[in-house]
Amino acid sequence: MKNILKRRVVVIGNGMVGYKFCEKLVAKNSDKQFEILVFGEEIRPAYDRVHLSSYFTGTSAEDLLMAPLSWYTENGIKLVLGDPIISIDRDHKVVTSLKGVVANYDVLIFATGSAAFVPPIPGVEKDGVFVYRTIEDLDMTIAHGKKAKIGVVIGGGLLGLEAAKAVSDMGLETHVVEFAPRLMPRQLDEAGGLILKNKIEDLGIKVHLNKNTASIEGEETVTGLLFKDGTELKADLLVISAGIKPRDELATKIGLAVGPRGGIMVNDMLQTTDSNIYAIGECALYKNMIYGLVAPGYEMADVVVNQLIGAEKQFAPYDMSTKLKLLGVDVASFGDCFGTENECQTIIYEDKQKGVYKRMNISLDGKTLFGGILVGEAENYNMLLQTTKNKIVLPPNPEDLMLGARGGKGAAEGSGVESLPDDALICSCEAVSKGLIVDIVKDASDIDFVGVKASCKAGSGCGGCVPMVKDIIAATKKSMGIMVRNTICEHFDYTRQELFSLIKVNNLTNYNQILDKHGKGNGCEICKPALASILASIYNEFILKQDTIQDSNDRYLANLQKGGSYSVVPRIPGGEITPDKLIVIGEVAKKYNLYTKITGGQRIDMFGAHVSQLPDIWEELVKAGFESGHAYGKSLRTVKSCVGSTWCRYGLHDSVGFAIELENRYRGLRAPHKFKSGVSGCIRECAEAQSKDFGIIATEKGWNLFVCGNGGSKPQHAVLLATDIDKETCIQYLDRFLMFYIKTAEPLTRTATWLNKLEGGIDYLKQVVVNDSLGIAQQLEEEMNFMINTYKCEWKEVVENPELRKRFTHFANSKETDPTIEFKVERGQKFPVNWVS
Amino acid sequence: MTNTWIEVCSINDVPENGGTCVKVDDKQIAVFNFTRTGKWYATDNMCPHKQQMILSRGMIGDKAGEPKVACPFHKKTFSLETGQCLSGEDYHISTYEIKVEAGTIYIAI
Repeated sequence: MKNILKRRVVVIGNGMVGYKFCEKLVAKNSDKQFEILVFGEEIRPAYDRVHLSSYFTGTSAEDLLMAPLSWYTENGIKLVLGDPIISIDRDHKVVTSLKGVVANYDVLIFATGSAAFVPPIPGVEKDGVFVYRTIEDLDMTIAHGKKAKIGVVIGGGLLGLEAAKAVSDMGLETHVVEFAPRLMPRQLDEAGGLILKNKIEDLGIKVHLNKNTASIEGEETVTGLLFKDGTELKADLLVISAGIKPRDELATKIGLAVGPRGGIMVNDMLQTTDSNIYAIGECALYKNMIYGLVAPGYEMADVVVNQLIGAEKQFAPYDMSTKLKLLGVDVASFGDCFGTENECQTIIYEDKQKGVYKRMNISLDGKTLFGGILVGEAENYNMLLQTTKNKIVLPPNPEDLMLGARGGKGAAEGSGVESLPDDALICSCEAVSKGLIVDIVKDASDIDFVGVKASCKAGSGCGGCVPMVKDIIAATKKSMGIMVRNTICEHFDYTRQELFSLIKVNNLTNYNQILDKHGKGNGCEICKPALASILASIYNEFILKQDTIQDSNDRYLANLQKGGSYSVVPRIPGGEITPDKLIVIGEVAKKYNLYTKITGGQRIDMFGAHVSQLPDIWEELVKAGFESGHAYGKSLRTVKSCVGSTWCRYGLHDSVGFAIELENRYRGLRAPHKFKSGVSGCIRECAEAQSKDFGIIATEKGWNLFVCGNGGSKPQHAVLLATDIDKETCIQYLDRFLMFYIKTAEPLTRTATWLNKLEGGIDYLKQVVVNDSLGIAQQLEEEMNFMINTYKCEWKEVVENPELRKRFTHFANSKETDPTIEFKVERGQKFPVNWVS
Repeated sequence: MTNTWIEVCSINDVPENGGTCVKVDDKQIAVFNFTRTGKWYATDNMCPHKQQMILSRGMIGDKAGEPKVACPFHKKTFSLETGQCLSGEDYHISTYEIKVEAGTIYIAI
């Protein structure tokens, strides 16, 4: 049996840093060489002081605990609460508590933290004056707040603004009083402070700057503040948050060296002037600096644990960069934020209207970022901080780092975590490097953010690094060739492609059945239409059999327009129409007073129909030989054509005939998104086929087939899939291509985006569609044939079915149309009146 | 003062897991048949975003257990229990008491 001489470690203080010290020591204590004894002054174990203000909005004291009491027992830690140490005999290494507990120590840790600094203003002793430090302080503040109307906070720094949020959350008229000429004077410059002030005032909190409080007024209870400039401010609750004061009174009493303005002096090992006694956290003074943030406190805890187990680690001046959300406003400052430590030039972006201020201090040669400030928008904080810390060379337009690339190439590029070195510190609260996260992901490739957080604690502190940790996880997985799963919504933990297979293999046809079997909850507006689309793409059943899972356009087989009326688009394949049919459209539009317009897809749209008119309108259209144009569906819209060889003197082949054939082939085919097509009779490309999801252009020898283009907000040219093929081959490839897209794309993804995300791109797509590399070509063709053979015009079915027609009403209890729909007349036609902007 | 119950329509007028609109005096009320949980809801038919009379045609479902309806126009979602907008904006719709007796739906305004 090993006989280890146990060392007793006594910790004075059970705050966040004291707790973290215990946690880190326990992790290194597998041989039980340390016996840990903790004395806490407060009655409850360590809690999360950083998120104290959430106590005002319902978070319980229990929720705020760093760890429950049972954690200490389970880890063999003896925790004495509500009993501070009052004396220490350094010669005999013995501590004595207020209640008389006596204990000897081998190593003593001061983690006594700090108290609120209360300036000696006359009247601070009055009722209704509080500090903002402990849960007890908060309980007293809340109790007094119930009878108060006006709450004032002295102090416009980080803690003061936290306190102001708490006062405001209590429903009081809230004022912040700051001595300096700006808010957060230690983190923000004048312009940044002004933006923050404006944002906070927009929330109804009044900010008073340059105010030196002379006295606190009132008999027994506070009634107001008198300032040195003679002005006054009414208050019936006052919170003083003017800074912190290290708890060094016990250290002073036993003769340890303390700084002139407080703080227990420590060396690089964090030893006090007694080498058996360490000090960590806000009570420690290191190189004339008190570190009032959690992250350096945790780092100190780590250094001392390393010292105790004989490792080499020392403390070094700690980066005080920070990002926070104050009263809902993002505020961050990093590195040399004022640009005073380096010779530098600044880039400043200010948007007073949106309340955004950003500043970067860069070297004179423009290559190095020293630091900066972000107010109102701090999305890029992590990348800017990493760029500063790792001295990454700045790009030619360094402002892109804080503003995002604007237009042009590179706008869509990722966050760039790949470029960071492995030793880049990602989570400063828990000192987790990029390399550690990468290693964890590589060891367990199915791990997610929650797993990584559990494994190395990254992101468990302030949470500021969470987006970056997620990016690193995703980038690492990608580098390992693992697809990152895009599940549909909270109700289905599957990608669309997985669901597609599940539904097809198990022959599931009903949404509720699928939700019960493979999902959870009651569905939503994301999974319902996504599954409706999958069901339609597999079974091609009449979509109104499950009408309430359809998007509202599909549910009413028409396009909902401004004001609540609908538009009607009959199919005009290839854009070819007889004069008789043109007359029918004209007559119907006239009869029902509909606005008419030629669409971009070479057909005619009729607008302004009441929902109850739709079946009657369609009855007339169906009688004249029209079919639904599916303008309302995520399905084939039109196959546009130029006039082709039948009339055009340049035309090589019959583009109109081919377009009609294709439009009739794929009409009603539902897909993850709408898709459009075009057929041009020659290289002049009058049908604009290269801007379509699939486009065909006649050549001397046959047809060229292009795929995955679109117009719209992000125009993208279609790319060539096959050259000089005949019509039959073209149709064969199209059947395969469309079915492959339908089965594998994510919801609401156009073919262009689908191709952009497809691993291997167009070359891979060619392999699958042309060379049948996956051996699925026949299956895809058969599936497409099923769709073509089961096509029915949806409107014909409605028109012929009185029960279905009944669904097209505005009110269930009245025959009236919606009385709020109003039209006006312009250019001889009707238009909806404008909606609210 | 308690509101009086007004008969509005039959349960057969409201599709399963969907809604319909009823007229009560000059007011448009959306009535939802949340078949999956067996509950009924009544709210304003007007979406406050663009002030359109449309919510009865929205898809219903839940967000972390909270029953909701999504406006067909811009997919703003609203709690069917509280009327609060759930998609992060400061909109609110009114909700009304609803009951079903012998296949008839009544609401109280």
